[in-house]
Amino acid sequence: MSELIQAITMPKWGLAMSEGLVTAWHVELSAEVQRGQELVDIETEKIVNVFESPASGILRRRLVAVGDTVPVGALLGVVASEAVSDTEIDAHIEKFNAEFADVLAARADEEVHGPEPEVLDVAGRAARYLAMGEGNGVPLLLLHGFGGDLNNWLFNQPTLAVERRVFALDLPGHGGSAKVLAGVGVEALADDVAGFVAAAELSSLHLAGHSLGGAVAIELARRTPQQVRSLTLIASAGLGQDIDAEYIRGFIAAGRRKDLKPWIERLFADTSLVRRDMLDDILKFKRLDHVTDILTSIADSVFAGGHQALVLRDTLAALDMPRQVIWGAQDRIIPASHSEGLPSAVGVHVLDGAGHMVHMEKAAEVTALIEKLMDSA
Amino acid sequence: MSRKTYRQAINEALAQEMRRDPTVVFMGEDNVGGMGAPGEDDAWGGVLGVTKGLMPEFGRERCLDTPISESAFIGAAVGAAATGLRPVAELMFVDFMGVCLDQIFNQAAKFRYMFGGKAVTPVVIRTMYGAGFRAASQHSQCLYPIFTHIPGLKVVMPSSPYEAKGLMIQAIRDDDPVIFLEHKVLYDDEEEVPDDPYTLPFGEANLTREGNDVTLVTLGRMVKFCNEVADKLEGDGIRCSVIDLRTTSPLDEDTILENAEETGRVVIVDESNPRCNIATDISALIAQNAFDALKAPIKMVTAPHTPPPFAPELEDLYIPDQAKIEAAVREVAAH
Repeated sequence: MSELIQAITMPKWGLAMSEGLVTAWHVELSAEVQRGQELVDIETEKIVNVFESPASGILRRRLVAVGDTVPVGALLGVVASEAVSDTEIDAHIEKFNAEFADVLAARADEEVHGPEPEVLDVAGRAARYLAMGEGNGVPLLLLHGFGGDLNNWLFNQPTLAVERRVFALDLPGHGGSAKVLAGVGVEALADDVAGFVAAAELSSLHLAGHSLGGAVAIELARRTPQQVRSLTLIASAGLGQDIDAEYIRGFIAAGRRKDLKPWIERLFADTSLVRRDMLDDILKFKRLDHVTDILTSIADSVFAGGHQALVLRDTLAALDMPRQVIWGAQDRIIPASHSEGLPSAVGVHVLDGAGHMVHMEKAAEVTALIEKLMDSA
Repeated sequence: MSRKTYRQAINEALAQEMRRDPTVVFMGEDNVGGMGAPGEDDAWGGVLGVTKGLMPEFGRERCLDTPISESAFIGAAVGAAATGLRPVAELMFVDFMGVCLDQIFNQAAKFRYMFGGKAVTPVVIRTMYGAGFRAASQHSQCLYPIFTHIPGLKVVMPSSPYEAKGLMIQAIRDDDPVIFLEHKVLYDDEEEVPDDPYTLPFGEANLTREGNDVTLVTLGRMVKFCNEVADKLEGDGIRCSVIDLRTTSPLDEDTILENAEETGRVVIVDESNPRCNIATDISALIAQNAFDALKAPIKMVTAPHTPPPFAPELEDLYIPDQAKIEAAVREVAAH
C-alpha cells in the first residue's frame, strides 16, 4: 500500500537552490498534519522560509534533524495513515533512498535539478517562463512586479502546481525575457502577456499578479473576461495613486550591494529575510545590458511624477469573475489602504507581519488564498 | 541563465561583443588555428581553446592568427586600437610580456596622456597567468604587479565564470588599454552565468563574504581559496570578510579601507611573488590610512621570492593554499 505513504522531500525554491538547512520542525512526530500546514523551516543561501506540508496524514518519520543540511529532493519525512505498518514505511524509505542515491549521482554528473525555465517566442521577443505541475485543473499564470522575476513565486508555485499547470512568467525586459520593450505602459505589458497566453495556448486560466503584475492582470482580465477564471491581486498596482517613488528611483539607481540593500529591505516587514544572495541575484539582473534603461522607461511611464498613472478600480469593479486582493499590512511601497473601498464581491485579505513581498513573507497564507479562490471559480 | 565554464564565459563575452560591435576583432597565436595547413579549420581556438568556435561565425578577417612574434602583433593591436578598432589580442602566457612590453607600457599606456587626451587606445590584452598547471617557471608566473605599476593600464583578474564574462565585456567597451589576466587553472570552473550581455564596473571590489572579525583581501584564483577558508572558519566562530579586488588598477581603496577599519585585522592573499606585489601595496595603503583601527599586524600570504618550481611537490608548496591562508587568519584573529 505504498501509495498511502507520502514522501516529504526538500523543496527546490528558485533555480539556484541545491540544498537546504532545516532550522525547525513545526509538527511533532506521530502528530496529524494537514496539507498546507506549516511543517518545517528551511534556510537557503537566499532566504529562510516555512515549508508547508504537501500531504495530509500522520507524520510518521522525521528524517532530518534541526541543523542538518540536505540536498534538494532528499527525504525530510514521511506522512502516512495509521493503517500503514512501520515495516512498510521502513521499506519505502530504503527504496526511496536507494533511488535518490542514483538521482544524486546523475545530478553530480550533469547537474539535473528539477524544472528548468523555458522560452517562448512572443512577437519575435523571447518570453521566459517556468512551468510546474501536470494536473488537469485550469492553469494559473503568475505575474511578478516591477524589477522582479519568476523566482519571486518560488515559495508559492510548487504548492499551487499540485493540481494544475502553473506558469510563472518573466515580464518583458525582466528576468530571462528579451531586454526589449514593445511599449512601456501597463497596456503594452498586457499586450506581451496576452501574446504569451496565446503562444502557450491557454484557452482559459487563473491569474495572479503582484504589484505591477497586478495592474497587468487587471488589464488582461478586462480584455478577455471570459478567459480569466479568477483574479488574485497581491500588493497590486492600479488600485490607487500612491507609490513609494523614492523606492523606485533608489532601486533603479543602486549599482552596489550596499546601496541596494536598504531598498530591498523596504520590500519586507522582516528585513532579516534579505540575504546577500538575494541582493546578488537582483544586481545580476540590473547589470544586464539595457535593463537600467528599461526599468527607467517603465517607471517614467507607469509611475510618472511619483504617482501611479493608471488607476483601474472601476475596471476591477466591473469584472465578474472571482476576485480578491491580498496585502501585507506593513507594505511600504504601495499602501495596504488601496485595498479599502472595493466592491464587496472582491475578497480583501490584509495580512499582518508582511510587507510588499507578502507572497514571500506569508507564502503559506497567500498560496492558500489563491487556491481557495481558484477552487471557488 | 545556464551553467558555463570560465572558458565559455570569456568566449561568450567575445562573441556577444563581436555581434554588437563590428570593430571588435581578436588576434593571437593559434587563436583560430589550421591556417594554411591541411586538416580542421578552427583547430585550436588558442592554446587552451578560449576562442574556439568564433571564426566560423565571424570569419578570418576578424579572427586573426598571428606569427609567433608578440612584439609584432601586440604592437599591431595597439596601433589598430589607436586607429579605430577594438582589438582583443591574446598574449598566450603573461610570462612572454618581456618581448612586447614596450608596445604596452611605452605606447598603449601613454597615448591618452601624450596626445592631450585626444587619443584613445581601446585594446584588450588577454593573457594566462598563475601556477598549478605543471608548466614550469616560464609559464606559471603572475606578473600582474608589473602592469599594475604602470599608469594608463587597467588590470583585471576575474575570479569566476560570472566575473569573467562581465569583466571581459567591460574590458572590450573600455576606451583604455586593459590587461585581462585569466588564471589557467580556472578555465574549467563552472557556475551560473546569464545568457544576456552584462558588465561589471572596474574599480569596484566585490565582497564575496561578509564578517566582522577578519578582512581577507585577495584576487583571481585566490578568491576561491579565501571563500573556502572563510566558510570553514565561520564554524569555529571566526567570521571573515573576503574582498575580491576584481581590478588592481583602478583599485577600490574605499572598500578595502572601510572593511579594514571595521575588522581591524587584515590578511592579504596574493599569488604573486612578494617583493612589490599587490599584497605589499595594499598593506601600505591600510597602514597609512587605517593604522589606528588595526588590532593586529597586517599579514600577507604570497608565493615565496622564487620562480615557480617545476617539481610538482615544490609547485604545490609555492602556491598560497587554504592551509596557509587559514593559519594566517587564525594568527591575526588570536592577536
